[in-house]
Amino acid sequence: MLAAAPWSSLFEPGFFTSEPVRIALVVGAIAAVVSGIVGVFTVIRGQSFAGHALSDIGTAGGSAAVLVGASTLYGFVAFNVVAAGVMELIGIRKPRGRDLATGIVLGASLGLAALFLYEDTISSSTTGATVNVLFGSIYTLPPGITTVMAVLGAASIALIAVLYRPLLLSSVSYELAAARRVPVRLVGGGYLLALALAVSMSAVAIGAILSTALLIGPAAIALRLATRTGVAIGVAAAVGVFACWTGTLVAYDSTVWAGGNGWPVSFCVVAVIFVLYFASGVFSRLRANRRRATAAAHETALRPLEAA
Amino acid sequence: MTVTTDPLAATGGPPLADDTGVAAPDPVLRVEDVSVSLGGHRVLDQVSFSLEGGGFCGLIGSNGAGKTTLLRVILGLVKPSSGRVVVVGGTRSRQDPQVGYVPQKIVLEADMPLRARDLVGLGLDGHRFGISKPGAKRRIAVEEMLDAVGAARFADARIGHLSGGEQQRVMIAQALICRPKLLLLDEPLANLDIRSAAEVVELLARIAAEHHIAILLSAHDMNPLLPVLDRIVYLADGRAVAGTTEEVVRTDTLSQLYGHHVEVIHVQGRVLVVSGAEHQAHHPGDPDPFDPEA
Repeated sequence: MLAAAPWSSLFEPGFFTSEPVRIALVVGAIAAVVSGIVGVFTVIRGQSFAGHALSDIGTAGGSAAVLVGASTLYGFVAFNVVAAGVMELIGIRKPRGRDLATGIVLGASLGLAALFLYEDTISSSTTGATVNVLFGSIYTLPPGITTVMAVLGAASIALIAVLYRPLLLSSVSYELAAARRVPVRLVGGGYLLALALAVSMSAVAIGAILSTALLIGPAAIALRLATRTGVAIGVAAAVGVFACWTGTLVAYDSTVWAGGNGWPVSFCVVAVIFVLYFASGVFSRLRANRRRATAAAHETALRPLEAA
Repeated sequence: MTVTTDPLAATGGPPLADDTGVAAPDPVLRVEDVSVSLGGHRVLDQVSFSLEGGGFCGLIGSNGAGKTTLLRVILGLVKPSSGRVVVVGGTRSRQDPQVGYVPQKIVLEADMPLRARDLVGLGLDGHRFGISKPGAKRRIAVEEMLDAVGAARFADARIGHLSGGEQQRVMIAQALICRPKLLLLDEPLANLDIRSAAEVVELLARIAAEHHIAILLSAHDMNPLLPVLDRIVYLADGRAVAGTTEEVVRTDTLSQLYGHHVEVIHVQGRVLVVSGAEHQAHHPGDPDPFDPEA
């Protein structure tokens, strides 16, 4: 009874019984897990720009889907996968060529997004579609979407699992991987496909232009904390799920504080990620200082022995 | 009769004896008249030499002489426009790489989530699809290799946190764990301080002798290598001379290679190759054969 008071003030009434909340939590978790896994490779391969570009490119797909009356998820997936393919075809071997290819595809897609969002606004006379595409619509998703998300999520995780070792080797050195007869182009293309799927899924959860946050943020936090790839992937997925769920809860609760109109879920999720990123920086700095102190103490302890 | 594609040699069996009962020589690598043209420019011009197991060979030349291209030809990453490369065992299948490779200075970021032992493990099976299954056999193989290169002390450290010399040891372990017959290293001493460079050279010389591996190491400065080199392949402008250090590093041989007069000078145990003063003015476009900073 005593515990009930703070408990119920943490979760506003209806949080656990609401169907939209349940869908939001499931969709958010799937998007976060996939983004965490793929994001670790995005960061270590130095492809954050490609990840960000794919998020933005998704706006064209999402807005096109709204125009034809389809779910935004299909629009995100279709455009991102095609864009990833075009980026791969233009050539991504050298970092500079990669950035160039990304930038060209990004520019063209944002042009399309401008056109489609304009048409969306004209045809519906509201800006609802624009907000949904750009900033997410996690509370207004159709129930069937969880199945589609689960299938797409499983596909991209399977892809990363298959490519795992060659992907790591080519992240260490493209040259070394090529010399070991790794089909580096194929591996890079497969990874880009997984990235396109991950970004599409988090676009549904927190919006097309914010999906980079879920891709890069948890991965960056994990790389500060973990020394091994497998651990980093686990930490990134866990941090992503935590941020999504906490953000969803805060957004739900905020309807009470903010008087009817709650804060957007995307804002709350990204805020949680940012706070965790800052905290992980402080933590890893303290840990490094402590290690240095231990090493120094160890050295001082050894000195009399060496002198003797 | 010499058998070059000897399957037993590839699997570590005893060297085959020919009909007369005399053990056949075992050239691990034969480069035959290899020429490469890239973008209309002749990068390698009829390069020939061969290496035997246990030999330590320096691939010496200034920047742009064609060292990296030659290594890439041997690795099969560049197709020669003429000539051929024979590596012992004939085929280099995915399962059993016969050539270990340490690429030119690779950048390992501090946040790369790999320990030294993980990178060595990638040397074992990083080219295979899927996730590696941890097992005692794999762990022992990695452990042995880390010991062999003196990297056991920092096996659990992040590779991005290691010094240049330590990273080089881990890269060498990564290249050796598949027990190749031939180890190629592209400028492994660049960016190392004098002491680390000497340690790496000593380690490589020991490995060549103990494991009977042929080592081909590219460098723009031959001096740190002189005490251990059995052979030298000197590259200038895509052309090569090969032989022992005494045969190659001579004023007449190198002058012929460069196509103009160069002087080989011995100063306090170091060898300097300097452009001859009388012809220098006629060859302003030639690469500087001697890098005083090396």
